[in-house]
Amino acid sequence: MTTATGTTRATGAVGAAHTRLEGLAKVTGQARYAGEVPFAELAHGWIVVSTVARGRVRSVDDASVLKMPGVLSVLHHGNAPRLQEGFVGSFGPDPVAEILQRDRVPHIGWPVALVVAETSEQAREAAEALVVHYDTEAHDVGFSAEHSARYTPEASAMGPAVTEKGDLETQLAASDVVVDERYTTPEQHHNAMEPHAAMARWDNGRLEVVDSTQGTLATATDLANLFSLDPASVHVRSEHIGGGFGSKALARAHNVLAVMATTVIGRPVRVVLTRRQMFSLIGYRSPTAQRVRLGAGADGRLRAFDHDGVSLTSTLTEFVEASSAFGRAMYDAEAHRTANHVVPLDVPTPTFMRAPGEAPGSFALESAFDELAEKCGLDPIELRARNEPAVGPVTGLPFASNELLTCFREGARRFGWDSRDPRPGVRRDGRWLVGTGTAAATFPAGAAPSTSAVTAEADGTFTVRINAADVGTGARTALGQVAADGLGVPLERIRVRIGDSDLGQAWLSGGSMGTRSWAWAVMIAVDELRERLALGADIPPEGITVRSDSAEAIGALAEKERHSYGAQFAEVAVDTSTGEVRVRRMLGIFAAGTIVNPLTARSQFVGGMTWGLSMALHEEAIRDHASGALANGDLAGYHFAANADVPVIEADWVDDPDPDDPVGIKGIGEIGIVGAAAAIANAVWHATGVRHRDLPIRPDRVLGAATAPTGGSRA
Amino acid sequence: MREFGYERAYDVSGAVALLGADPEARYLGGGTNLVDLMKTGVERPALLVDVTQLPLDGIEVTADGGLRVGATVTNSDLAAHPEVRLRYPALAQAVLAGASGQLRNMATVGGNLLQRTRCGYFTDRARPCNKRTPGSGCAALEGEHHNHAILGASAHCVATHPSDMAVALAAFDAVVTYETGDGPGELALADFYLPVGDTPHRETALPPGALITHITLPPAPVAAHSRYRKVRERASYAFAIGSVAAALDVRDGVVREVRLAYGAVASRPWRAHAAERALTGGPATAAAFAAAADAELAAAEPLSDNGYKVPLVRNLTVTLLTELTEEAAR
Amino acid sequence: MAPPTSSAPATSSGITLNVNGEKRTLPVDHRTTLLDALRERLDLTGTKKGCDQGQCGACTVLVDGRRTLSCLQLAVAADGREITTIEGVADGDRLHPVQQAFLDLDGYQCGYCTPGQICSAIAVIEEHAAGWPSAATADVRPDAGPPPLDADEIRERMSGNLCRCGAYVAIVGAVARAAEEVRAADATTDGVKAKGAAA
Repeated sequence: MTTATGTTRATGAVGAAHTRLEGLAKVTGQARYAGEVPFAELAHGWIVVSTVARGRVRSVDDASVLKMPGVLSVLHHGNAPRLQEGFVGSFGPDPVAEILQRDRVPHIGWPVALVVAETSEQAREAAEALVVHYDTEAHDVGFSAEHSARYTPEASAMGPAVTEKGDLETQLAASDVVVDERYTTPEQHHNAMEPHAAMARWDNGRLEVVDSTQGTLATATDLANLFSLDPASVHVRSEHIGGGFGSKALARAHNVLAVMATTVIGRPVRVVLTRRQMFSLIGYRSPTAQRVRLGAGADGRLRAFDHDGVSLTSTLTEFVEASSAFGRAMYDAEAHRTANHVVPLDVPTPTFMRAPGEAPGSFALESAFDELAEKCGLDPIELRARNEPAVGPVTGLPFASNELLTCFREGARRFGWDSRDPRPGVRRDGRWLVGTGTAAATFPAGAAPSTSAVTAEADGTFTVRINAADVGTGARTALGQVAADGLGVPLERIRVRIGDSDLGQAWLSGGSMGTRSWAWAVMIAVDELRERLALGADIPPEGITVRSDSAEAIGALAEKERHSYGAQFAEVAVDTSTGEVRVRRMLGIFAAGTIVNPLTARSQFVGGMTWGLSMALHEEAIRDHASGALANGDLAGYHFAANADVPVIEADWVDDPDPDDPVGIKGIGEIGIVGAAAAIANAVWHATGVRHRDLPIRPDRVLGAATAPTGGSRA
Repeated sequence: MREFGYERAYDVSGAVALLGADPEARYLGGGTNLVDLMKTGVERPALLVDVTQLPLDGIEVTADGGLRVGATVTNSDLAAHPEVRLRYPALAQAVLAGASGQLRNMATVGGNLLQRTRCGYFTDRARPCNKRTPGSGCAALEGEHHNHAILGASAHCVATHPSDMAVALAAFDAVVTYETGDGPGELALADFYLPVGDTPHRETALPPGALITHITLPPAPVAAHSRYRKVRERASYAFAIGSVAAALDVRDGVVREVRLAYGAVASRPWRAHAAERALTGGPATAAAFAAAADAELAAAEPLSDNGYKVPLVRNLTVTLLTELTEEAAR
Repeated sequence: MAPPTSSAPATSSGITLNVNGEKRTLPVDHRTTLLDALRERLDLTGTKKGCDQGQCGACTVLVDGRRTLSCLQLAVAADGREITTIEGVADGDRLHPVQQAFLDLDGYQCGYCTPGQICSAIAVIEEHAAGWPSAATADVRPDAGPPPLDADEIRERMSGNLCRCGAYVAIVGAVARAAEEVRAADATTDGVKAKGAAA
């Protein structure tokens, strides 16, 4: 299978593999990330975080610390600059950004002070020496699906909290086969390799911030609002970002405190989070407790579908990890219900993390589907084929395209699925039991209005200006390819400028919508520029610039179910005598729109699948109930997959250009993780005969299942 | 991290003199554990005495056919040394499994023995920990302890020792030689680590200010037939949740000599004497291996969440001894 | 903090680092790590700080030819050593084969772990050439001979360098290709020996 190029023109840059435009800078160490841009007179801020989970700051003993070598300032709630009360950020009300404004401590690891010093060594020691007195209150960090504080929110970022149609109990009672199981996923953390960093300084009345943000305009707007500044007087740059995964879009302690500190001391100030602080200051994926009830006829056709998910939020604000949203466009049934609930606790506020909702939701639902296939005696792929919806199960809208079964068919052929013996626990290779599993993936395909400017320079080159961000996706290169094709010139003649709030309004890097949203705006400008150049206009020294705004075109899009799809396959080996699980190979086949750059797109798919592997086997933040702190809040304690855990992973795609997008793009940043953990869990069942419904599938859990007197699944 | 002095020592007596009896001074080897603990504030030395330039970086075969390993030999050089790989392959395997290549290049043999536990409560200064702050309590007992000790722990501390290397050394009866201001001394590895009791903060029997100079491995022909197997929660770059070093001399189906030591189950590498006694002179069968492990693990006192370590170590024992038996038959 | 007394030891020292072939002399606070000295004092920001705790490998540099975590290496203790960072591994404008392979095969995404991965991979190839076994080596005994640098060996040897983007699959391919090229180049130059690992 190859990528689609039919909707684009000329040079064939779109669809051709191209190494990253910033690749040379990255492999030679020349690419500078936010914490690496030098400034004269730079001072260093070190954040002090709370050591109690709930209470109030009674006092901060800053007097002795201010006398320590090199210390310039100690900011705390008693002296910090005031921020806008009731702050509403780019994604809604955001009290998490209101830092050092009051004495309340909502969770452990909450920022209670910033020490600023001449060197980072001095700042760290002063922060360590700073004594903060607390009035402590009893806390509650114990998450459970049945928690008494649980409630059903009005909605989440993924849509309504609850959708319902039909009579669930009646359909369940009428079903020949019923699956009714509970699944859990633990607290997971983004852990981008680059810690969040910001340098702030005042420059001729303008606030300049060099930040690790996934969206400079959102950050600039939020900082302007927080500090009551004219938005035009805030300038945020982020040329290279060391991964974000959803954690680097919002105003958070590093950039808010850097701005506060530079305002107070009148020098440039850099604040960099420590790895440990990243476990409490930037958000994370909530744990989930999910119940899935599926009722089907003997032929596997669904009559009842119920997916009920519970997640936690902080006492500061509501964030819903909408795990049950995954099935809303995937499977239909006479009775169909999806619901999300939340439990507010004395914990840090969760946030968007790669495939929010879909990642944990697909684990539960795609595991349950495997269980239904087993009970029906059907091949899991056949079960999905029998449950393809004709229209959106919840919306009734037509699908723009739905190539899920094409993905399964292509994947099954390449993985060797058809020769699979469905019986569990019968394949042995030395000390290993071997099995295979599959699962479906989907992710919404969206676009957000953006602006761009494309200039035909007098020297025959072109400059694309758009406030995109490249968190490692390859956005810079992809946009260059799109522009090259649109203009009918080689990529070498295109210059791409991104990551600067002065470039104007554009969507940020998130929601698998970046490349599509930006490319749309670029294509509008490029089309007009090409027409103007076709008229034979002379190019003046300042060049010819065309500006674009995609708002109107995107607003005119017909309402449809628009999604990417994928089929995940995994082969695992399990040693039930030690509990070790090794993934031997994975294959993902995706239908995800036009693939602009196969080289970097493959990296994104494979990276997402690697996240799925990591989620299935490794990742878990463990909260100590007595203190409210994490017991493993560093990279030696919080395991994500190391190189040795990751086998051959192949990703490929089928033709699936979005018919309503000027380039055919859908978005690929998140779908790779969706369903991957379920495919692995299903393979573990196939290997051992034991269902693992709680992630991660740790050695102690595998051992526990193997030594349980009755065998079978864990409760 | 507070400000501290730094001195580089060039000979052993100079190093010992520089450290003196200063309780706020520390020897600096590879720094892979100490510098991290200084960053988190668990260690706050006033003076570091850098011992990496001492002439203690040699590995030599002793007259009786054992090995003498200098304390500043890096983990990398230990694991790569042909005599180690030939005579004590489980030791090489343990070191190779112990840390990443970068860490092994830095970490010294002496420092490896003196590593501190990776218990999350020990490294978080805001939490109770009797090992870090005597008398403050043990948060792990009722808290997160799925990777804590099942053997030899106490109500005061259930932390494990993180070293893989030390597990193999325990199996091979290593002897630790040290220098003090009052002259040299030595400790069998079996006596090197103190029982936990009510003093978990006292970890070794080294006198104050002592500098480890060598580790001596007595000759042990059985060690040439040895293996180390480590189980962890990812395939590499993680501490053990259970490990076994095993050496076996089997002839005609009878165990003539066996060495067994367990890692990640106690505050120190756990030499499995009871299992060794049960096996010696008996049949080399899976049933006998399992019974021997059971004999050793009868003393296990698991907490609520770490009971899995009992079957894990038991199964590892059977697997390794079975593999060694099969190897001997080839 | 009590003011320093006359008997208190000095808390800073002048040191000389030989960085990428250039002697750099600077005073350092003893608390300063080699990582911070490179990044904050010598403006060599190619070496990355991912965890500052020895738990990720992003700060990997070569010290006297051996891969080292610069976040756990005190700068004062590196006085007099030869340091090679990502800025110094290329031969002028010609990239090191490891760099070129990472670039060509997309052995990265965000690029933040990349300098550490590349420095580590350069050392891995040298360590392997010197006959060092790894935890993936089935038989470590010297008479078993050196293991081939296959995918499993590369995965294990590179496991001290975490990558959160999930680029491991491409990294393994890049290291394998570069190892072939280095081996071929060494063969044509009459076997120039790996300097650090072979010592």
